[in-house]
Amino acid sequence: MRYLPLTPDDRSAMLAAIGAKSIDDLFVDVPEAARRDGFVDLPRVAGELEVERALSAMAAKNATAGTVPFFCGAGAYKHHVPATVDHIIQRSEFLTSYTPYQPEIAQGTLQYLYEFQTQVANLTGMPVANASLYDGSTAMAEGVLMATRVTRRNKAVISGGVHPHYIRATETVVHAVGVETLALPAAVDAEAAVIDQIGPDTACVVVQTPNVFGTATDVTKIAEAAHAAGALLIVVVTEAVSMGLLKSPGEMGADIVAAEGQSIGNALNFGGPYVGLFATREKLIRQMPGRLTGETVDADGERGFVLTLSTREQHIRRDKATSNICTNSGLCTLAFTIHMSLLGETGLRKLALLNHEKAVATRDALAAIPGVEILTPRFFNEFAIKLPKNAADVVDTLAAHHVLAGVPYSRLAPDAGMDDVLLVAATETTLDTDITLLAKALGKVLAA
Amino acid sequence: MKFTKDHEWVKVDGDIATVGISKHAADALGDVVFVETPEAGKTVSVGDSFAVVESVKAASDVYAPVAGEVVEGNAVLASAPETVNADPEGEGWFAKIKISDASQLDALMDRAAYDAYLATQ
Amino acid sequence: MSTMNTVGRPTAPNQVTSKPATLTGGRGLLQNEALIFEGEGWGKTGVDLPEPKGSASDLGELVRKDPIGLPGLSEPEAMRHYVRLSQKNHAIDLAIYPLGSCTMKHNPRLNEKMARLPGFSDIHPLQPQSTVQGALELMDSLAHWLKTLTGMPAVALSPKAGAHGELCGLMAIRAAHEASGQHEKRRKVLVPTSAHGTNPATAAFVGYSVVEVAQTDDGRVDVADLAAKLGDDVAAIMVTNPNTCGLFERDILEISRLTHEAGAYFYCDGANFNAIVGRVRPGDLGVDAMHINLHKTFSTPHGGGGPGAGPVVLSEALAPFAPAPWVVHDADGYRLVEREEDEAAQAFGRLCAFQGQMGMYVRALSYMMSHGSDGLRQVAEDAVLNANYIKARLSDLMSPAFPEGPCMHEALFDDEWLKGTDITTLDFAKAMIDEGFHPMTMYFPLVVHGAMLIEPTETESKAELDRFIEAMRLLAGAAKAGDVDRFKGAPFHAPLRRLDETRAARSPVLRWTAPEGSNQAA
Repeated sequence: MRYLPLTPDDRSAMLAAIGAKSIDDLFVDVPEAARRDGFVDLPRVAGELEVERALSAMAAKNATAGTVPFFCGAGAYKHHVPATVDHIIQRSEFLTSYTPYQPEIAQGTLQYLYEFQTQVANLTGMPVANASLYDGSTAMAEGVLMATRVTRRNKAVISGGVHPHYIRATETVVHAVGVETLALPAAVDAEAAVIDQIGPDTACVVVQTPNVFGTATDVTKIAEAAHAAGALLIVVVTEAVSMGLLKSPGEMGADIVAAEGQSIGNALNFGGPYVGLFATREKLIRQMPGRLTGETVDADGERGFVLTLSTREQHIRRDKATSNICTNSGLCTLAFTIHMSLLGETGLRKLALLNHEKAVATRDALAAIPGVEILTPRFFNEFAIKLPKNAADVVDTLAAHHVLAGVPYSRLAPDAGMDDVLLVAATETTLDTDITLLAKALGKVLAA
Repeated sequence: MKFTKDHEWVKVDGDIATVGISKHAADALGDVVFVETPEAGKTVSVGDSFAVVESVKAASDVYAPVAGEVVEGNAVLASAPETVNADPEGEGWFAKIKISDASQLDALMDRAAYDAYLATQ
Repeated sequence: MSTMNTVGRPTAPNQVTSKPATLTGGRGLLQNEALIFEGEGWGKTGVDLPEPKGSASDLGELVRKDPIGLPGLSEPEAMRHYVRLSQKNHAIDLAIYPLGSCTMKHNPRLNEKMARLPGFSDIHPLQPQSTVQGALELMDSLAHWLKTLTGMPAVALSPKAGAHGELCGLMAIRAAHEASGQHEKRRKVLVPTSAHGTNPATAAFVGYSVVEVAQTDDGRVDVADLAAKLGDDVAAIMVTNPNTCGLFERDILEISRLTHEAGAYFYCDGANFNAIVGRVRPGDLGVDAMHINLHKTFSTPHGGGGPGAGPVVLSEALAPFAPAPWVVHDADGYRLVEREEDEAAQAFGRLCAFQGQMGMYVRALSYMMSHGSDGLRQVAEDAVLNANYIKARLSDLMSPAFPEGPCMHEALFDDEWLKGTDITTLDFAKAMIDEGFHPMTMYFPLVVHGAMLIEPTETESKAELDRFIEAMRLLAGAAKAGDVDRFKGAPFHAPLRRLDETRAARSPVLRWTAPEGSNQAA
């Protein structure tokens, strides 16, 4: 077997050195009743060619975003990733290394994490960021829990513009520890509705900008209202590129930013692995979950980096940890930081503007279709439209004609009574011909 | 000075008890990097966790050896946590507590008894 | 001989024996590399994009005006920056990486190729399901392999890492107790003293209080102590098997019987599945829920710390409570069950957006298909053989924590053998770095003093094992001979010397900051 270096002679020699007669001697502690002789009922060893054929056959059954007019967003965005990124993350020293617990032989990882933390802090407009969490949705859940620890209050008010999967993932986890959540009804442009719900028991208000309907909001007044009541403001961002054009959450008064970094450096990958961005204020760093890289010096006075403030984490605090999280997003985090280093601020701002322009062009094309109502007043690269028909049915029909027209809101929230709402996203990868094809196809389906 | 099995010490002057962690505990923790001391006015019962001490490799709760009301947390430790290592049984005190029941001290070990206890660990 | 080359060059080594320091601090192939923020990259970009037409005036005051503070690099500079950084990392591809309980096995490159097929990487999680039948088929296939290998009827694929999987398992258990009206009284979780920190952290996260179960002198769960602590106030036990001492819990059937009798569930931490895959099925041991670290047993890359994936296999009793979404295969094809109603009415909720770590599913399935059931069984056998070989060849010089009987896939030593040398486990580990090896896991499990946990995995050749053993033997000899400075000052030959972690924690500096008065952001 190509991945197993031991030969039969090796095994004999090693058993002899151990003083065992057969490999079964080493499994002597397994209860008789649980021993399985022979092989589990699954296929036997397969060569590379066989495996490639089988998996390629599965892959071929999927419609890929790059081959059709593609307008899906709703928390995962198709952007172009430079070839350099994927090449670097496959280097042995990055792909096959472990968490940097021995910092003397992991400065590569530690330095890029330190650079990543700085990039994320600056991107979000916050003083400090961690070395990544699993994704945006779990980052939001962690943010709510952190707010309850900091304020010693027990309630989170969540805007109706937050991604329904994010709300559900947060509720699932925080309810387990007795934190109450109030999720306001879904609404295209109502982040500010959270203000009326802030009370003395509110630990945090959670808003998203741009929200799931694409609406970009200045949340400064919401921050002020929250702070006046002693609560924290958590800002969720699901499209990281938006921060290259829009005012940053930090600028607007966020205390915690929980964002999805997939847009930078990472492919769509059918939902994962992605990368959670988490940033906060200086005075809250000891309550932050996840890994943190810090600067220090070595025995010769040379600058170096180490994992730090580890006593918040599970391997030390155990049942009093800030979270149970063990891994970060490793390679996805590296991909993010490489892509961001290639873009630089100049490239990021350009990229963001291109995204916005494509989305505006798409909006203009769709607005001209009879029956289509544009719901989102101001957006970055995604907006919501109302159709005269069931949006999911329209999307399925268009898919059969090789157009991936967007995400029906009902897919995220079947009970919200918004079955006619479609979320449409455009990025720098969207061609003008794609927009024309979408408009034409949609017009046809609606007229039928 | 009296000691608890969890390695806290307490020294009483009138009705004010000063509390900290023993040299044994400070040495076991290693370099202290962060201390969270309680705020004045907090009421504690015997055995309540009232402070947290962190080193690079460990974090420990510090338990109240006596009941009462916190009069003062040691503000020096916020900016100079290394004081706990330098002088754990003196300048590295954690909090001063106004005790409600002096007889609680009778249950604690004196230094000889604590040293004997350490030998059995 | 007019064509003779008369411009000769010497071809034998010269005789200079002194070794002067370099003039720049350079060290041959090893390059030092500053932070991207310390270069001239402000304003630079390494990506060519078309010129935007406007300036987003339609967004008015929402437009970000102040500098963000993100330097850029051209492609050649980026390549140099990251390649130079990479040179400072140890890796499995360089040498044996014997971290206990981490299962640092070779990462097959076929897996990387498969994961990058556009049909898997360039599909959106919310595309109409009719357009991603192949992806759903892959998830279903992975689920089948996991269920069959573990002998369990159901699996929740969505957890994004092992710890996330533990969360999933405990939440399913909690949901099951809530459904039967027992949650209010069952608020305790029993965890062995040797458990990995994620176990009690997860239990607390889910709202349980943690009660520790003692260990016997031979490194296993004290069944009598467990029995005494089980009762109708216990929701679950969390046991790792093989355990964190590298030993198979002989009394596992008794442990699960007692647990079930007390009305509690058995959560198994599957981090050490590599020792028994293909030979033992956790379902046959009475396990109710077990997470499987795809990045351990199933070779998905460790990537410097992630991403992981932690699917959780579930018993019949817990299956109804699995979180949304999951894949169903019926007459109409494959579909995702996303709504928490009908067949998912009892789901405890959702753990994350979308459906989990597809990129890791592809890699894991590629690995499983490559090995097959016979290959996987050989994996466990070679993993256990390699660990026992190391244990046998080092036991005369170092002190195994549990010398009696075989270990499983990892060998545990304590620091008893270092007594009197003034050298600690940490010092020894740092000296291993100088010899070219990544140290083993240190100071875990906590139940053993100065623990050294060595897990070679099955992808180490006998030659590499012998090379490692030889180095360990030489170091052990040096320690016992009183060569203290070699250990106390180590490492001497790594890119950096020992780092001041106290300073990093006392005065945290978690990001680069522009110097005072500079015009760069932040």
